[in-house]
Amino acid sequence: MKIVVIVKEVPDTYGERRLDLETGLADRAASEAVLDEIGERALEVALAYADSHDDAEIVVMSMAAESAAATIRKGLAMGAASAVHITDPGLAAADLGLTARTLAAAIRRTGFDLVIAGNLSTDGSGGVVPAMLAELLDVPNATALSSVEIAAGSVSGTRNIDGATVRVKAELPAVISITEALPDARLPNFKGIMAAKKKPFETLSAADLGIEPEDLSVAMSIMTAIAEKPPRAAGVKIIDAGDGGTRIAEFLIENRLA
Amino acid sequence: MTDHPADAILVVLETTPNGELATSAAGLLGAASRIGTPVALAVVAPGQAPALAEQAAALGAATVLVVETTSTHAELTVPQVDALAAAAAVVAPHAVLISNSIDGRDVAGRFAARSGAAIAVDAIGVSRDDEGIVAHHSVYGGAYNVDSAATFGPLVVTVRQGAVDARAEARPVAIESLDVSPSGAASAAIESVEAVTETSSRPELRGATRVVAGGRGLGSTEKFALVEDLADALGAAIGASRAAVDAGYIPANHQVGQTGVSVSPQLYIALGISGAIQHRTGMQTAKNIVAVNKDPDAPIFEVADFGVVGDVFTVVPQLISALAERKR
Repeated sequence: MKIVVIVKEVPDTYGERRLDLETGLADRAASEAVLDEIGERALEVALAYADSHDDAEIVVMSMAAESAAATIRKGLAMGAASAVHITDPGLAAADLGLTARTLAAAIRRTGFDLVIAGNLSTDGSGGVVPAMLAELLDVPNATALSSVEIAAGSVSGTRNIDGATVRVKAELPAVISITEALPDARLPNFKGIMAAKKKPFETLSAADLGIEPEDLSVAMSIMTAIAEKPPRAAGVKIIDAGDGGTRIAEFLIENRLA
Repeated sequence: MTDHPADAILVVLETTPNGELATSAAGLLGAASRIGTPVALAVVAPGQAPALAEQAAALGAATVLVVETTSTHAELTVPQVDALAAAAAVVAPHAVLISNSIDGRDVAGRFAARSGAAIAVDAIGVSRDDEGIVAHHSVYGGAYNVDSAATFGPLVVTVRQGAVDARAEARPVAIESLDVSPSGAASAAIESVEAVTETSSRPELRGATRVVAGGRGLGSTEKFALVEDLADALGAAIGASRAAVDAGYIPANHQVGQTGVSVSPQLYIALGISGAIQHRTGMQTAKNIVAVNKDPDAPIFEVADFGVVGDVFTVVPQLISALAERKR
């Protein structure tokens, strides 16, 4: 069972996150970069399976800036067997389509029985890449799973959509994405960190994958404008002097909200 | 086959697990009507098409393309994508608007990958300029406004639920049945669907116009009832911070924020919520924000239009009785 876990380096949400107003790209210097928590949970799903199945081989994969190598290495320290880092200056401004095509090419190259991703990243919050990968790889998608059971030839789980809880099952190979309802990831221990140094770490360019980032014959989504929103002006703040509730009621009525 | 308007915008209608039109339809058709002629796609169980088409027309669909099939009950995503691909081939839309729900994102992602179309996600609005369709986004927790567009071809857009206020005028019902040849793409099987029965008559959090949310400041499950009392007084949906969910005061489907639901209501009342960035990400596009918190330095006050530094257990009961007083 070969499991590819897609992880992402994101700006730490505990710091200030900035976009460069010239390029529209994330300002990497503005905040600390971390492994996205949801990707760590996706890795934990794979590691938990590997704990009881010797045949499991886990590959962490990321398309990220060159500087993200250290962050991706954390996945090896946690227990993945190898890492694939796709990095290319031409991919820095990749839209979702190019991202999905590049990842799909890398996944195909690596080989897979199961691909696990997080349902939503904390920076882009796109949430469409897993379904795009499934289409490009011609396999089933089972996204937003809040529980996952991996069997020899299939994967099943529960997804909580608006108004219903749905049980789904996909034959392998397949692509799944998981929600934050799944357990926190284990911490890398000292032994894991030392072992990570000897594990295979493959770095690939777009050309290695046969991807042409500037292919203008492919439709792309481009950023046409970016503006920093004026910080939401704090309104009135009062200290409750016994009439706080009444004052809120007045505010609501005045603004036709009640 | 009828001719479709040159400025067609294809809107994918979502249905609830029991086959009714989802609340997202009004905003999607409203948004579509501002940038072209809304053509709706309904993939429904046999027999449900007429009722659904009537509702969609009332919300502004010029034409409702209908696919009647039971395959959506058995297979995940792929039947809708096959139907959407067939609809797009017939309509040649300038844009495809889809709800930014879990299922909507899957359909949008697979369709964009299959058709090679550009995709824009979690838009809070759409517009049209000389070059075509533009999607508007609010990113990094609302700190930046970003516009995006396709280099060419249709733009597939997932639209944040509740973000579009525009509503289209009702049109006469025009149903057109659509033939779909299954792609045969591998799909996950749906083994069971269990409707989550919300026991209360409160509105659903997603798409609600008013939300009252509680945080750790409520202190216990019993005391969280205060949030429910105020919500009921205002006809509002109930939200919660991650802290309140983690503490077990309320189920996780009420969580607002980065890892929960994003809401853009007319009114958001935050009770006992400090307002960590992860929470603000999910609510700061609300039109009006009211906050009550003991801590005068709580970050929630930075985004509140009206903030009261005080004890929720004295302020909120007073607010509820003031609202009741007014109704009398």
